[in-house]
Amino acid sequence: MVKKTKSLSLNFGPQHPAAHGVLRLILELDGEIVEKADPHIGLLHRGTEKLIEQKTYTQALPYFDRLDYVAPMNQEHAFALAAEKLLKVEVPIRAKYIRVIFCEIGRILSHILNVTTQALDVGALTPSLWGFEERETLMTFYERASGSRLHANYFRTGGVHKDIPFKLVEDIEKFCKSFPKIIDDLEGLLTDNRIFKQRNVEIGLVSKQDALDHSFSGVMLRGSGIPWDLRKSQPYEIYKDLDFKIPVGKNGDCYDRYLCRIEEMRESVKIILQCIEKLPKGPIKSIDNKISPPNRDDIKQSMEALIHHFKLFTEGYRVPKGDVYTAVEAPKGEFGVYLISDGSNKPYRCKIRAPGFSHLQAMDYLIRGHMLADVPAVLGSLDIVFGEVDR
Amino acid sequence: MYLKLKKIEKLINSELSSKIKSSSINNEELFIEIEEKNLVDVVQFLKSNDGCKFKQLIDIAGVDYPENEKRFELIYLFLSHEHNTRIKVLIRFDVNQFINSLTKIFPSSNWMEREVFDMYGIKFKNHPDLRRILTDYGFKGHPLRKDFPLTGFNEVRYSEKNKKVIYEPVKLEQNYRNFDFESPWEGTNYVREIKNSEKDGKKN
Repeated sequence: MVKKTKSLSLNFGPQHPAAHGVLRLILELDGEIVEKADPHIGLLHRGTEKLIEQKTYTQALPYFDRLDYVAPMNQEHAFALAAEKLLKVEVPIRAKYIRVIFCEIGRILSHILNVTTQALDVGALTPSLWGFEERETLMTFYERASGSRLHANYFRTGGVHKDIPFKLVEDIEKFCKSFPKIIDDLEGLLTDNRIFKQRNVEIGLVSKQDALDHSFSGVMLRGSGIPWDLRKSQPYEIYKDLDFKIPVGKNGDCYDRYLCRIEEMRESVKIILQCIEKLPKGPIKSIDNKISPPNRDDIKQSMEALIHHFKLFTEGYRVPKGDVYTAVEAPKGEFGVYLISDGSNKPYRCKIRAPGFSHLQAMDYLIRGHMLADVPAVLGSLDIVFGEVDR
Repeated sequence: MYLKLKKIEKLINSELSSKIKSSSINNEELFIEIEEKNLVDVVQFLKSNDGCKFKQLIDIAGVDYPENEKRFELIYLFLSHEHNTRIKVLIRFDVNQFINSLTKIFPSSNWMEREVFDMYGIKFKNHPDLRRILTDYGFKGHPLRKDFPLTGFNEVRYSEKNKKVIYEPVKLEQNYRNFDFESPWEGTNYVREIKNSEKDGKKN
């Protein structure tokens, strides 16, 4: 006689601490084996794309900080690049270097958070305590450059908002010298840790083909052995002048993705050090006053500067008709902005391509046949932030 | 880069001549427009052909042009790792038309199509699970359509009386104000309208 079993459906989240935000997962369980996972997203939907359609290009930029709030400047970067491509503005070389420095700081910020919280999800508390201290230092750098720790609003079309002081550059350099030691410490806690390995090795396996089919990008793709990084393959800003490596995984499991992130942090540190070494002098935003505002002193002296200032902060600048897609390698993967301009001072349409959206979509495929306890491990290695998934 | 795109454009045009409405390269981006009924064939070709190999669907972007006869546009963004290129595929269609789903070719299109459905109300044929995705349970309307107001129709609040969150029509102390800052030197919309109506008046 066959014993009939009924599958149990379990509601995971939206207030579960391992859900990394407001994810509601409906899991169908057979005993402890997950048979189906149905993620319900949108609990943090703020209508960013709709709001951007109503704002000028300058006003639209801060919305990007609020997408992936773990690495805000990387998001701003994609939008700034899109607008620059349509406007065909040149970005001064110093601004490019500053942008890259802060993008890499963003990458470290995001990876620290992900690596340590993933460890937290599988039971290790210490890494997050150590990691968050470093995050605090990095966010101080954000604050010293832009005035705020999280929602920086620092990049502008045609450059960055303000120049960074020399002391800040020195401090970033000092941090870069000391940070590899912290990565070593984190690795000492996790990399060969028996429990950590048991929870992550061969969990959430992704084959090369599936990684492509599911539109994976970033670490999710590299973890499966596809050497693809937009900083190398479609270099933007000054990445092609910099010397760095792309860590690639072998097995495509949670553990490989963890290793990739650790290595990427080391590479980011190298990139920042190179940028600091090469950091040239010069202007930090486009000299075209039709796009970037004049400085304070000029406003006091020059009528033209005053008019430019007034026009830029009321009307904003108009962007020529057209559409562009620009993508940057954000810490979580390919973050893209598809921008359509109708020639006015507001975007007609701004589609945001968030890497986490595709990654979370594959949750069902990743978790099928795994145990319930693997759900947080897989979710942690996907590197989900709901700000960008829900938009 | 430009030459590479030109080569792919030529290949696509020669292989799929009847199915391509137009193609262009702008801002170093390859762009083709096709009929909505040919979508699946063209995408299949783009994915499997050796000269293209667009094996990754990056995103699907909907656009709403309420004044057009064919109101909606869908732009499919593809990426080819082998050739390191991107392509944009555009289709235009009516409100009532059903679009073929790409879920058979790209599993990742599932949620992307759900998002388009949610935001624009565009319906997909052969989609396994066409539900709303980003908006609230039981939400009405399609927020990214241009005729959907920014403030929406309903708002939520916690009701002490009912001891639960309730939905109410949006009540604003002050309506959302959309200032027209566009430079008067080139003529704002309302100035242009007044001028036009004056002209019309004179004609009559």
